[in-house]
Amino acid sequence: MSGAAQRLRALWSWLRALSGDDAYERYRARHGRRHPDVPPLTPGDFYLQQQQRKWSGVSRCC
Amino acid sequence: MKNKLLGTLLAVVGAFAAGGIALNRHEPINALWIVTAAICVYLLGYRFYAAWIAARVLAIDPSRATPAERLNNGRDFIPTHRVIVFGHHFAAIAGPGPLVGPTLAAQFGYLPGLLWILVGAVLGGCVQDMVILLLSTRRDGRSLGQMARDELGPFGGFAALLGTLIIMIILSAVLGLVIVNVMKHSPWATATILGTVPAALIVGLYLRAWRPGRVLEATLLGVALVLLALVAGGWVDHQPGIRTAFDYTAVPLAVFVIGYGFCAAILPVWLLLAPRDYLSTFLKLGTIMLLAVAILLTHPQIRMPALTQFVDGSGPLFGGRVFPFVFITIACGAVSGFHALIASGTSPKLISSESDVRLVGYGSMALESFVAVMALIAATLLDPGVFFAINSGAGVVGATPAAAVHTISGWGFPVTVEQMRALAAAMGEQTLFARTGGAPSLAVGMASILGSSFGRGLMALWYHFAVMFEAVFIMAVLDAGTRVGRFMLQDLLGHLWRPLGRTSWYPSVLLASALMVGAWGYFLYIGVIDPNGGINILWPLFGISNQMLAGIALSVATGILVKAGRKRYALVTALPLAWIALVTTTAAWQKVMSPDPRLGLFAAADELAGKFAAGLLPPERALVAPQLIFNQRLDGWVTFVLTALLWFVILDMLRVCVRRVRGLPLRAGSEAPYQASRLQGAMAGSGA
Repeated sequence: MSGAAQRLRALWSWLRALSGDDAYERYRARHGRRHPDVPPLTPGDFYLQQQQRKWSGVSRCC
Repeated sequence: MKNKLLGTLLAVVGAFAAGGIALNRHEPINALWIVTAAICVYLLGYRFYAAWIAARVLAIDPSRATPAERLNNGRDFIPTHRVIVFGHHFAAIAGPGPLVGPTLAAQFGYLPGLLWILVGAVLGGCVQDMVILLLSTRRDGRSLGQMARDELGPFGGFAALLGTLIIMIILSAVLGLVIVNVMKHSPWATATILGTVPAALIVGLYLRAWRPGRVLEATLLGVALVLLALVAGGWVDHQPGIRTAFDYTAVPLAVFVIGYGFCAAILPVWLLLAPRDYLSTFLKLGTIMLLAVAILLTHPQIRMPALTQFVDGSGPLFGGRVFPFVFITIACGAVSGFHALIASGTSPKLISSESDVRLVGYGSMALESFVAVMALIAATLLDPGVFFAINSGAGVVGATPAAAVHTISGWGFPVTVEQMRALAAAMGEQTLFARTGGAPSLAVGMASILGSSFGRGLMALWYHFAVMFEAVFIMAVLDAGTRVGRFMLQDLLGHLWRPLGRTSWYPSVLLASALMVGAWGYFLYIGVIDPNGGINILWPLFGISNQMLAGIALSVATGILVKAGRKRYALVTALPLAWIALVTTTAAWQKVMSPDPRLGLFAAADELAGKFAAGLLPPERALVAPQLIFNQRLDGWVTFVLTALLWFVILDMLRVCVRRVRGLPLRAGSEAPYQASRLQGAMAGSGA
């Protein structure tokens, strides 16, 4: 039973990573490690920056 | 030992499936043969050819640090697990192209398209994507244009930039035309597609203001809204008072698509583009999986013959013989130059080890190629008569249903007006005659597969689901393409007058967006007023431009391999390049020089001009004739420019190769020096 729950949890974390749902959490973790003295971006600002970057180059194809 | 066994097994199964296809030439064959043969071909290519390329040609070195590791900034350079990079890369390369191309190429029968999709992908497209991905990874994620400039010279860089801009324009126009043809006189499709716009806006607001960055829940909400739009469209279609408000001819729909493209290019990305992309990616992956399951469940018979008489060039969907036009019509799914832009864009900055390049580059293209095979199956399981009735323009088969079925039945593909009427009624459409562009016939094919697996009574719903699925991600590509085109134009305009190059200066944003939308909008408008459907001209033009970009990418790859002293191994990219150059040049030559007005652009313009001058055209055709004449000549010149660009780059590459062989000085190139990776095994925690 716990094996199945573990597998479901793993699937969920894969899904979050694939869709970018966990991007802010990963950013916070990394930011905390590298620049603990600088206040991090808010989720809204981070999302905005991420979208600006993503859509200023070729990121979709025919 | 295990590998050898697996390889032998794959080869045996693949040979059986291929043999099944070969032996069943004179009776309907089952789609399962095709699916099995395709999967075996991809696995063999991946297991052996790609592994050999990785080891010998590219000398992949897992101990070498990738830019994601060396330049890790937590923003664009992030070492990422290969399965995640695979997902991102596949979502980026998989567009509507592999759905439309194989459908159109089905006019030759199922065999030419199928063979080209398989062989082209395994030996050409997958190789191109994988090699460019590795070369860019070794160059700090430089773009194709930058690599062309660094390794070949300034001309190569300029050609790649101009080629990209032209392909963006033609791609947007042809995709716009595909959705206009889907919405034309279809209140259900129009209402549904219109409904996806507010759905995207709501998701955008959700992700920006309510729950920033919670992509999964927002996507779930969006998918629910889009399905609601689908059902609401069906409701609208049954309300006599309301349905007329959504019943449009092609021209106003084209104006709507153009206006929409302009809005998408100037609005903030978070409001429309980004949320629409989340929806489209989700729908795309979901529908592809659904289709694969449904094909396995229903294993439909392929009704289209292996070869039709139209291999001689007389086909109703577009003119031109099977050689070279099947290789131009199917670009995405076999070899797609556009992928080189993705493989040298975001993906190389995420690769955590060089050994991931095989899965991400070769593997995702193999999967996209499989999507093309499924589209081919969906198109060829229709009665050939029905297929041609849906896909032939009124100018080719006759404007009335009676005339169309007469012409098509005369070709040996029996179809009746009754049959088409019943089919249209089952799909919830007024008519399915002359619905060119490939999308409606694909939707009919998909609806019959999905309908017989998951509910036959819901055929009309499945049809409009397929239509909405195609439209949603065509519009996502339209938005993204227009936006990138806008940035490229601003970059170019910045050379003329500096302020125009500032991407956030509003007058420049408006000007560049208007120029970009104007350019593709023009081709879209002409396609809409063309009585032959427009696709017959625009799609080959798109194919030629996409193959030209592939030629540039393969030239850059070949040049780099030769410069690195891997002359013999450079054949791996040089041979696909030679083939692409041959088919593209032959097709372009015929489009420009052929005296047959069904094929040659200038010949068609001259013929129309002659009739127009002699007053032989009916009044409604005379009205649009001057525009069509001008456009066909323009298309001829665009074809010429594209081919010239390709050959300039090939000659530039050959010049570099000759200098290398003679030992003359060369550009240093931009490969980053070796640095040992310290990530070894660090990604193993998540299953690498």
